[in-house]
Amino acid sequence: MTEQKKADQEMTEPEMSKPEMNEPEQKKFADLLKQSLPPTNWELDRDLWPKMLQRLDHDARPRKWFAVLFSPAALAAVPWFDWALLAVLIVGVCLSPRSIPVWLYHF
Amino acid sequence: MERLEQPTKLLAQFAAGELEAFETLFRQFQGEVFRWIVRIVRDPAAAEDLTVETFWKIYRARARFQPERSFGAWARRIATNVALDYLKTARPWEEQFAASMPPESAPDLRESSPANPGIQNPAVRRELRERTQLAFQQLPAQLRAVAVLALIEECPHAEIAEALSISTAAVKSRLFRAVRLLRNKLGNLDTSHD
Repeated sequence: MTEQKKADQEMTEPEMSKPEMNEPEQKKFADLLKQSLPPTNWELDRDLWPKMLQRLDHDARPRKWFAVLFSPAALAAVPWFDWALLAVLIVGVCLSPRSIPVWLYHF
Repeated sequence: MERLEQPTKLLAQFAAGELEAFETLFRQFQGEVFRWIVRIVRDPAAAEDLTVETFWKIYRARARFQPERSFGAWARRIATNVALDYLKTARPWEEQFAASMPPESAPDLRESSPANPGIQNPAVRRELRERTQLAFQQLPAQLRAVAVLALIEECPHAEIAEALSISTAAVKSRLFRAVRLLRNKLGNLDTSHD
């Protein structure tokens, strides 16, 4: 269960009787908020379809190989053990730079 | 958002990935999605971008859409999530000033609350409005969305619950916590129990 869902269910009986739950109290805050942030009446004044098409075209465009290889999704898909091996390799190379030709030979 | 019933055939074509069907739905619902988003984020320029973002997510999730269900309700749920993500990441300039504002500068809200029009000083009224805006901006996104829809836009709790995919009890709970936080930030108003 997420924290938000827990919090949503945490309202107990004593809390229900607190002044925040009173309608007059909520109305008071509603009036205060309405004075500070009046209700919106903005209407969409232009067609967004051309912008939508641009977004769809951008999404459909083939991405560069490095953008695909190093995308967050691709990096997240690498198993932790591979990261551990990479870390061992980096530490080994740092501790013993002379081993670099050996590693290169094996790769 | 009013419910416009869509022909199942059109919705099935959309779910199958036909761009013409998507365009038809886009043109029909863009205004409603925009109005819903702008109510939450209260910024028309951002709401335009978020409307496009919403429909982009709708198009990507088309395969999961069930044509026998309401497109409008589904679109509104996605729009709400997109708007909430925006609220979580956007840091309006007001927030930066909120942290630096010393608490001593708070006006006495007991005298200047809407229930008590005793304060006639326009400067104090302006400061009260600014402090309310700051306090509102500092609310967590989930609570801000419920507060704006319930208290300012006066949407029914059931409508808010459907858009947020939560129960009406959860809406009341979030509203309670939003009011409590506002109360803590603004100081006690002139309530009957005081």
